[in-house]
Amino acid sequence: MSNETVAVWRKRAPRAELAVFAAWVLALAFTSWAFQVMTQDTIWAFVTDAPKQAADIGGRMLPPAWSYIHELWWPLWETLNIATLGTLLGIVLATPVAFLAARNTTPSRIFVRPIALFVIAASRSINSLIWALLLVAILGPGVLAGIIAIALRSIGFIGKLLYESIEEIDATQVEAIAATGASRAQVMAWGVAPQVMPTLAGISVFRWDINIRESTVLGLVGAGGIGLKLEAALGVLAWPKVTMLLIAILATVVVSEWITAAVRKRLI
Amino acid sequence: MQVSPAPVLEIRGLEKRYPTGDLAIKGVDLDLAPGAVLGLIGPSGAGKSTLIRCINRLVEPTAGAIRLAGTDIGALSGGALRRERRQIGMIFQEFALVERLTVMENVLSGRLGTVGFWASWFRRFPGEDIAAAYRLLDRVGLAGMENKRADALSGGQRQRVGIARALIQHPRLLLVDEPTASLDPKTSRQIMRLLLELCREHGLAAIVNIHDVVLATEFLPRIVGLRAGEVVFDGPAGDVSTDVLTSIYGDEDWTAITRRMQQAAQDDEHLDEAKLVAIAA
Repeated sequence: MSNETVAVWRKRAPRAELAVFAAWVLALAFTSWAFQVMTQDTIWAFVTDAPKQAADIGGRMLPPAWSYIHELWWPLWETLNIATLGTLLGIVLATPVAFLAARNTTPSRIFVRPIALFVIAASRSINSLIWALLLVAILGPGVLAGIIAIALRSIGFIGKLLYESIEEIDATQVEAIAATGASRAQVMAWGVAPQVMPTLAGISVFRWDINIRESTVLGLVGAGGIGLKLEAALGVLAWPKVTMLLIAILATVVVSEWITAAVRKRLI
Repeated sequence: MQVSPAPVLEIRGLEKRYPTGDLAIKGVDLDLAPGAVLGLIGPSGAGKSTLIRCINRLVEPTAGAIRLAGTDIGALSGGALRRERRQIGMIFQEFALVERLTVMENVLSGRLGTVGFWASWFRRFPGEDIAAAYRLLDRVGLAGMENKRADALSGGQRQRVGIARALIQHPRLLLVDEPTASLDPKTSRQIMRLLLELCREHGLAAIVNIHDVVLATEFLPRIVGLRAGEVVFDGPAGDVSTDVLTSIYGDEDWTAITRRMQQAAQDDEHLDEAKLVAIAA
């Protein structure tokens, strides 16, 4: 019995064990230093006061101004229109860009493709709120600026997902259409388009859902919709109205998510 | 004695080098008489697919000449190339139907070269094309299936759609790439029989790229063996012996295969008929 060697197994060698311990110590030291940098300008009186302030605002926000809803139907309808028309315009603009960007359909990989990719990247890198800021300055405030802002932001999203899906299509179906002597445009319409249609529909519905959420805040910079009301209510500290606005926005988003989920289920 | 008609297809010194440097086709010469049917056999990677794709320029040859009824296909581009492609029907291994389109749309896609873009976008095809499509669907055994989607069909049915799509082009030449590779043995034989019947009915010349030697020698009167991009055999199906198979595929015990080939030849009188046609051609 005593001769029997006891099996020993360690996950790490002693040296590695020490390295892991050292890493933990360093991480802890770094965190405490970072916390100090982060809070050097914090006025602690305000932070300790925070629960009281939150409770105060919360108290003033309740009950919601229920009757205010009658003034919100029109801006809600505008918001819905901004999202829907913006998405449609986005699809129309993004589809050709996607065909120009996909490796297998672009007329030129050296000249055209980089331009299309740049358009997609530019559209994606700028938030729709910033697009709206620019457009309100150019077009003046209103729904049109909102629609175009949503469309410009959607080009990148739809374009990127669509061109990736074009690059993944079955090449032999395209080859077969080309072999019949079809023109380039016909090869796109008959060989490529049928293969990416379900994806395009899915992407569009997904983007519409996102655009509803984004268009609720566009009014903050003057681009129409429910955001205008939100800004006005916040400006005069009409807290019960703010509550009502938040409820209305939440309800809209929930309904749009429910619609997109139902549509996407149909598509698959 | 015999006056051989001008070949519908002439290939001279065809060469294909891929950008990677691989030489897939090494100087192939081939003639095909009008109405003649040829089986192209050879091991995987011998260049069978590349060879037939060079003929309709889905693959660009790097040297040599391809003449279809006297026209040098290699020199064409743009619209002129598309016009020549209309005269060449192609049938694919995995059928290559547009899966989300209907049977009728897939068949009519064979007429795309003859209608404008917007007419094809709105599916407005000339009446004679639609009549031809119905006739062909009837002929290949798919009557009443025109509104089914291609992805709802079985393998054999899909290949029949593929055949109808190629024939509605009214081609001079049919390129057939492994028509039976995705099918079970019974369906394979049905499809081969249908193909050969249709070639005879329409007086069509065809190159059938096929890896099943027994099926090839049974149905196809002339066999061309390709090995590493070179033609190593060109003769009647009856001359395919163990020595020939060794020259095409390399060393192996071929007696079982040749025995099955002889068996098939005895079983199938129609083979002799096909051979007579080949000798006459």
